[in-house]
Amino acid sequence: MAFILQAIDLGKQVESGGQPLVILNNISFSVETGDSLAILGASGSGKSTLLGLLAGLDVPSNGTVYLDGVDIFSFDEDGRARIRGRLAGFVFQSFQLLPALTALENVMLPLELHGLADARERATAALQRVGLEARLGHLPRHLSGGEQQRVAIARAFVVRPKILFADEPTGNLDAVTGGQVIDLMQELNSAQGTTLILVTHDKSLAQKCGRQLHLSNGRLVS
Amino acid sequence: MNIWLLSWRMLRRDWRTREWRVLLIALVLAVGSIATVGLFADRVSLALQQEATSLLGADLRLVSSRPFSSAYRVEALQRGLRVVETISFPSMVVYGHKNVLVEIQAVEEGYPLRGNIEIVEGVTQHPAQGIPIRGTAWADSRLLQRMELHVGDKIGVGELQMQIAARVVRDVDQSVGFASFAPRVLINAADLQATGLILPGSRASYKILLAGDPAQVSGFRDWLQGRLNTGEKIEDVRDARPEIRAALERAEHFLGLAALTSVVLAGVAMALAASLFVRRHLDICAMMRCLGATQAQVLRLFINQLLLLGMVAVLLGGLLGYVAQFMLVNSIESMRDAALPQPGLLPLWQAAASGMALLLGFAFLPLWQLKNVSPLRVIRRELGMPPARTGMVYLTGTAVLGALFLWQAGSVKLGLTVFAGLVAGMLFFGLLAWFFLHAMARVHLRWNHVFLNLARYARINALQIVALSLGGMALLLLTFVRSDLLESWRGRMKPDTPNRFVTQIQPDQRIAVKDFFAMWQLSEPRLFPVIRGRLISINHHPVSGANYAEPRARALVEREFNLSWSDHMPVHNTLIRGEWWGRGDSSVLSLEEGMAKTLGIRIGDVLTYDVEGVSLQATVTNLRKVQWDSMQVNFFVITSRDVLGDFSASYISSFYLPPDKKDAGDALIKNFPNLLLIDMDTVIEQVRQVIDQIARTMTAVFLFTLLSGLVVLYSAILATQDERVYQAAILRTLGASRRYLLRFYLIEFAVLGGLSGFFAAAGSVLLGWVLAVNVLDIPYHTHALIWLAGVGGGIVTATLAGWLATRHVAYTPPLQVLQSV
Repeated sequence: MAFILQAIDLGKQVESGGQPLVILNNISFSVETGDSLAILGASGSGKSTLLGLLAGLDVPSNGTVYLDGVDIFSFDEDGRARIRGRLAGFVFQSFQLLPALTALENVMLPLELHGLADARERATAALQRVGLEARLGHLPRHLSGGEQQRVAIARAFVVRPKILFADEPTGNLDAVTGGQVIDLMQELNSAQGTTLILVTHDKSLAQKCGRQLHLSNGRLVS
Repeated sequence: MNIWLLSWRMLRRDWRTREWRVLLIALVLAVGSIATVGLFADRVSLALQQEATSLLGADLRLVSSRPFSSAYRVEALQRGLRVVETISFPSMVVYGHKNVLVEIQAVEEGYPLRGNIEIVEGVTQHPAQGIPIRGTAWADSRLLQRMELHVGDKIGVGELQMQIAARVVRDVDQSVGFASFAPRVLINAADLQATGLILPGSRASYKILLAGDPAQVSGFRDWLQGRLNTGEKIEDVRDARPEIRAALERAEHFLGLAALTSVVLAGVAMALAASLFVRRHLDICAMMRCLGATQAQVLRLFINQLLLLGMVAVLLGGLLGYVAQFMLVNSIESMRDAALPQPGLLPLWQAAASGMALLLGFAFLPLWQLKNVSPLRVIRRELGMPPARTGMVYLTGTAVLGALFLWQAGSVKLGLTVFAGLVAGMLFFGLLAWFFLHAMARVHLRWNHVFLNLARYARINALQIVALSLGGMALLLLTFVRSDLLESWRGRMKPDTPNRFVTQIQPDQRIAVKDFFAMWQLSEPRLFPVIRGRLISINHHPVSGANYAEPRARALVEREFNLSWSDHMPVHNTLIRGEWWGRGDSSVLSLEEGMAKTLGIRIGDVLTYDVEGVSLQATVTNLRKVQWDSMQVNFFVITSRDVLGDFSASYISSFYLPPDKKDAGDALIKNFPNLLLIDMDTVIEQVRQVIDQIARTMTAVFLFTLLSGLVVLYSAILATQDERVYQAAILRTLGASRRYLLRFYLIEFAVLGGLSGFFAAAGSVLLGWVLAVNVLDIPYHTHALIWLAGVGGGIVTATLAGWLATRHVAYTPPLQVLQSV
């Protein structure tokens, strides 16, 4: 099986009060295509920083990441953006929907960035798949938290990404809605063969993934 | 990816955000105000251009204040040119008990050589075939209205009774209707002698009109060069009505600069809105970078949106400018009647280019920051704005504004002076407002937390106050202060201040006129001799208009002026330098100080005047201060008796005609038809009408300023709105009612509006005072109403605008707000 993601000696440290502060310490692991991985850890353990590095949103102090066989840090930020656009989808705790755009327009956005002519049709189909066909023209502020996260999931899957990065996707949702959202992600994950990288502090959610990594004080503990 | 299409879609969607709307409205107002002035000036200028030939009534025109030598006519006829001569001069016409000052134009058969006179003889309007037949006159509608005359009635013109045969709808050289005050009466030149109106001292303008093929005209023009006498001028289509053209240019510069005050405010509003736009679009940028957009794509996406928005704004602004100038032209009677041609496209292009420059100057750099947004922001919200370059934004914006000011002013000095003055004024008032807000926060009043809140955002609140007060000040100045000044000026006049001037009294009429005054029990008039003359050299150096850059100086040496002689200094004048002459002095003269300053003349200089073709020399021995609005007879130049005493003079006087003796005025003209009786009340009324027209134009321009001020208010509210919403949510969570919140905001805006109105009133009173004391030299009494209108208007406007902008804040459920943070 080929690896979709490989982290090699990944480290991040920043200056704090004139002293170096280690956030991540030489993390190495690999994820196979189609697998699902949960990264667990308490607040401040470095989970979100790790996710940011894996997706090429930030630059590591040392080490590198191979995404679909490509060393993403051999590219500049624009190059990494192109790789993300080609391979990755994202779901965030705070949904990150654009408030001025309707549900449909939010989902259309990545398709339009890819220059697809049938963006509207594809986006409509994606929203139907997450059960929001009746909410196409609604602005985010008129949707519930669960609905907003489903729009975000539709936006992530509509470009058929090879890998999906999810940062605490249920953090702003109640337990029942959170469970539904994770189920939906799993369902799309298996239907499209997308690899899922999930960051959470919720063990029950993590258990729904095929593999778990535990992070503590910037180190992998298991 | 078609980035333009995506930009357009995003712009359409982003239209829901208020900051885009502020950018759009600010830009529409800026473009609109520049376009209004540009289009307005263009229409008047086109009217002058298009009608230049008809304005002359000929291809070439010779003008002089003295009769021409017959040699010109003979030569022109020999060259195959068509020639007619005209004489125009002011005179009184009489109908029943009424008399009105008019301009008589006596014309020969063939007039006009170019263009048509439109007349109404019966019911329909048509181009005139020929000129008035002898014994008849054509009058314009102003005269008919003023004297309640009808076609067919008879009027007295000098010693003749003439029947009005037609009403003139449009005369050549009068088609731009605002150019002259007096109504015009056209008569046949063959009747001129019989009217007895051309006498020594008459201020007549003699013209020879010529037309033919271009080569003939040009040949004759060449022949004239070097043959013209002093005071004789050639005019062709290129220099038709130079005085109107120059006045128009000055008015255009002035209005253009006035329009830029709204552009400055629009720039401020745009900078605020752009900065807010950037703050609110950090997430979308980070998200788009996450989704694979490159820095260049993100930047292009927003720049394209900016350009698209600019294009929409330019279109709407152009439309607004067109509608505004249309309404403006229609609100000014004389312009509406003149049927001005449609404007060209150039002013619209200029307004559009200015708008785009403004947009790039104020909004481009803030948007540039967006390309540097880190994609990591999607998971780490604490990553805020990329380093702001506020200083650079205001620097580029100021550079764009500076360039616009230079363009509108037409001169570097004027442009920079006005721009620097405006910026300095805004900074001064801004600082004052800032101190005010902080001072008020220290006073313990009932709603002290409102003042504390105002002081917390003192910088942006001071900006709002300055923006609102600038527009308000201009409008108060044009409404209240203008009428206050006029009232103060009128109030200063004593009840028996002269209200009539009588001129062209012939030497042999002096005793009869004095007897007439005695018979009507009017005080004996003091008669001053008037001799027409032109300054031709200073200290033996010939002078001409070309020696002076200033239009006023040029006019003083190009035209003939009324000169007088006297043994004593006029009682209403004040000697400010030198000595009045005694019995033994000869060949001396006294000069009005303003004229001396304009022409750079000093005591001891020798001036040479041309009077009736004779050169006269006299030495300047003193300078006088003259109060021109005293309604007394005043002269620029008074000589000793030996200089002018032997020339034939006409006489002038001013006197007070009580309302109950109005008939005396009519009787005077009936008895002495050659006299000109000028009713100063009518003149003041005409001046007031002109000021009203100018004020109306200015008000239209400054309305844009006020609206732009409101846009600044609105954009500043938006800039602090996120914090307001959060603050409101916390307050409501802690138990504050909606009513409390609304009252809190309304008091805040009322205070802002009140302060703006106070500053506006203070600024306009200050300017009014400066005008009154330094320029008009009158005491200035301000009206309490100005403070009431300023403060009241400010409170109402700002509270209403503030309520519209913040009403939803109090109604947003606190949970929604707190969850979204």
